[in-house]
Amino acid sequence: MRATSFIHPLLALVLSPLMLGVINRTKAWFAGRCGQPVLQAYYDLSKLLRKGAVYSRTTTWVFRAGPIVGLAAVLEATALVPLGGEPAPLAFTGDLILLAYVLGLMRFFTVAAALDTGSSFEGMGASREVTFSALAEPALLLGLAAVARLTGSLSLSGMYAAMSLETWRQAGPVLALVTAALMVVLLAENARLPVDDPNTHLELTMIHEVMVLDHSGPDLAFILYGAALKLWVLAALLVGLLLPVRTGNAWLDVGAALGGMFAVAVAVGVVESSMARLRLLRVPQLLVGAGALVALALILTLR
Amino acid sequence: MTVLLVAVAVLVCSGLAALLASGSPRAATALGAGGAVVACVIGLIAAVPFLFGTPAESLRLAWNVPYGTFFVEVDALSAFFLLPIFGLSALAAVYGTEYLQAWRGRKSPGATWFFYNFLVASMVLVVLARNGVLFLVAWETMALTSYFLVTLDHEQDSVREAGWTYLVASHLGTAFLLAMFVLLGRSSGSLDFDRYSSANASALFLLALVGFGTKAGFMPLHVWLPEAHPAAPSHVSALMSGVMIKMGIYGLLRTLTFLGPPPAWWGWVLIGVGLTSGVLGVLFALAQHDLKRLLAYHSVENIGIIALGLGVGLVGVSNGSPVLAVLGFGGGLLHVLNHALFKGLLFLGAGSVLHGAGTREIDHLGGLAKRMPWTAATFLVGAVAISGLPPLNGFVSEFLIYLGAFNGVTQRAGVAVPLLAAIAGLALIGGLAAACFTKAFGVVFLGEPRSEHAARAHEAGAAMRWPMALLAVGCALIGFCAPFVVRSLASVLPLVSGLAPETVGEKLADAVAPLRFVIAGSVAFLVLVAGLAWARRRLLRGRTMAETVTWDCGYAQPSARMQYTASSFAQPLTTLFAPLLRTRCKLTAPEGYFPRAASLSTETPDAARVALYEPAFSGVGWVLARMRWLQQGRIQLYVLYIALTLLVLLVWKLG
Repeated sequence: MRATSFIHPLLALVLSPLMLGVINRTKAWFAGRCGQPVLQAYYDLSKLLRKGAVYSRTTTWVFRAGPIVGLAAVLEATALVPLGGEPAPLAFTGDLILLAYVLGLMRFFTVAAALDTGSSFEGMGASREVTFSALAEPALLLGLAAVARLTGSLSLSGMYAAMSLETWRQAGPVLALVTAALMVVLLAENARLPVDDPNTHLELTMIHEVMVLDHSGPDLAFILYGAALKLWVLAALLVGLLLPVRTGNAWLDVGAALGGMFAVAVAVGVVESSMARLRLLRVPQLLVGAGALVALALILTLR
Repeated sequence: MTVLLVAVAVLVCSGLAALLASGSPRAATALGAGGAVVACVIGLIAAVPFLFGTPAESLRLAWNVPYGTFFVEVDALSAFFLLPIFGLSALAAVYGTEYLQAWRGRKSPGATWFFYNFLVASMVLVVLARNGVLFLVAWETMALTSYFLVTLDHEQDSVREAGWTYLVASHLGTAFLLAMFVLLGRSSGSLDFDRYSSANASALFLLALVGFGTKAGFMPLHVWLPEAHPAAPSHVSALMSGVMIKMGIYGLLRTLTFLGPPPAWWGWVLIGVGLTSGVLGVLFALAQHDLKRLLAYHSVENIGIIALGLGVGLVGVSNGSPVLAVLGFGGGLLHVLNHALFKGLLFLGAGSVLHGAGTREIDHLGGLAKRMPWTAATFLVGAVAISGLPPLNGFVSEFLIYLGAFNGVTQRAGVAVPLLAAIAGLALIGGLAAACFTKAFGVVFLGEPRSEHAARAHEAGAAMRWPMALLAVGCALIGFCAPFVVRSLASVLPLVSGLAPETVGEKLADAVAPLRFVIAGSVAFLVLVAGLAWARRRLLRGRTMAETVTWDCGYAQPSARMQYTASSFAQPLTTLFAPLLRTRCKLTAPEGYFPRAASLSTETPDAARVALYEPAFSGVGWVLARMRWLQQGRIQLYVLYIALTLLVLLVWKLG
């Protein structure tokens, strides 16, 4: 483990809420509005952390444990993901499996906390969340399997360190397919358009926002921060593929990757501004489509 | 060896004693359960050393049965399967002492304990037996004793029906095993395991796959599982699902040791079987409304995961890739142990719910976490573990299988396709299992009670709580001591994979290295959870913490009936997979401006039963009904049949 390994987790901890600000700014720019401050997510977090909390009488300790376990799990995930060619603090053979399952743990407890309120709204969101994530998981793992096959490494840090512009020259189509699939997974897992609308709070169409309706105060702050980190983690997977800049200088590489992260945020903003939310019945088709893309990528790697 | 046979003797004697003491329920329970616990502790102490390098021991006695010898042996593979047998049987026996109280006055506990102890003894003999006849005798005893336990409530039609299905399935499976043993022993003229030859290996493999697969519950041979598990008393369901179906896996592995080097297609077949059982098992589980039926389908799913692991291992052996073999077999074997722990725990939890709330209908439950905190907490541990999530044991075994598959995908192009299918299948199974267990845990234990039963539920007593707590601790222990547990497979893997112990040790060390990091991550995770919990408490100190109704968008009178139910929670997934599930839906839609009544009921019958077995069995019944004219009831005619048959045989033999 190198000291530079800790650059990425620290950056993630500090900068992940900024991603939300960049996405919102992009959307405001498209809509011709001024938009909220770029640092709005930080203001929200500090406000929520200073508040008390309201709990439903229906809930039990599971409801209170949900945000804590969720945030702890996504923090563990952050420690698994490399950025800019630097290895992650926790890098080992098969860490990509742990990454997928740690995110699964986060989801399990978010869903359990949602069901603990006994609300039909939250039940609805929970039901959709588990449906879509069950379909997104094979796409994520198979996508990473394709990259593993290309680079011959079974650890995220090894896989991403082996990526370079040369890899794109040799296996461009495979990487393009995997990138597209991972983008779909990112949008679905982070409850962004066209799968879920992060802006609506009281419609029957939403997934993530409705699951956390009853959380308040520090609990909601944990959830908000956890969601920002999850977006960061999946975006880092994408950036590692898209921008394999290897100058040999750790700071330059990480800087380039950081630029990539915010480019992904802008891209998410562009998608959200230019698309409508899909009908819920169409979402499984989108996710299975992502699975088909990685399957195609894998067939290409097997030639 | 002797000590293990003493354990079997204690089981048999205490079972008989319990039967004799039927007059006094208290004495029968004490003798039966006490004997089971004592025997299991003795057995555990005797079995463990064989996992850690003690050489195999055997005992051969003459036996007055054609081709039979009383030939028993304990090696590392037997010892590995003895662990869950003894461990879970002891805990389930303790649980049973309280659980069976509900039958007091109606059923004699003597007979129940007699069958229970004989079931445990027969399972021990199954893994010890090294002679075909002895094995089949133990196998039949296991089937019959468990049949009598399943039909404890034989006054109910549904239970008799379930028992009948189980009995028929069991015996059809045994028929295949009989054929397999006859083939195995034909060339050497002996049914002792050490004299078997591996001629016709592929035919033998297929016979074993069907025969043992029926017991293990491979799709579509699983039909008896979702019937028998819900019908049996819960501690028996735990034992059957946690251990007894694994005897099928043991049998398959033991058979593989006779058959010599496997061709590649065996691995492909097992991966295919694993994928079918895994994915369909969890999908059918999602569609169930009965908690124990749901768990039974999850057994099918987990057997599928085990088969996937063994399939990956076989692919490794046939391709000369020791990494694949070690990781695949290792993951599959460890999942056997893990599934015994968490499925035992979940069935005991379901029993506790049935005991406390009086119903297994998920949609009639709800809010039990408040009234049954122990059961809820331990059930949650089991639910997280069975979903394969870190930091518990389910993740460790799935991780090994994944790692094997990923290794094969990156290193070898020839086997990439089945292994990629295994990865995709495991990922899908993982996601669907998480969906199913958030449903089971969330709807049963969280929210508001959906019925009077649930509102008046009570927590189980100490004898039922402690076994569940110990199993939950076991799930966590294997999760956190994974390297140690995986290394203890070093003596088992050479037996099943045919690799040299040195190679296995080397590859296991490679497998253990990443597990250390997984545990480092898990420890960090726990520290983070503790830290965040402390931070939350600190932040909320001195601030207002109000309690109110659940926010329902301004609606102030939420009722328990407005909650999402198990059916509505699973509906998106069951609709998505409707072509596979064929759920039957009865809907009375609300009509008019002032609708009076509306109702919706769904039922998902087993597809294999409806599409495969019912037509087949009614066909057999039809043919047999046509032959009834043979049965005249006249002795003279029957004697004529015998004479004619003998004559035909004589002519055939002479000619």
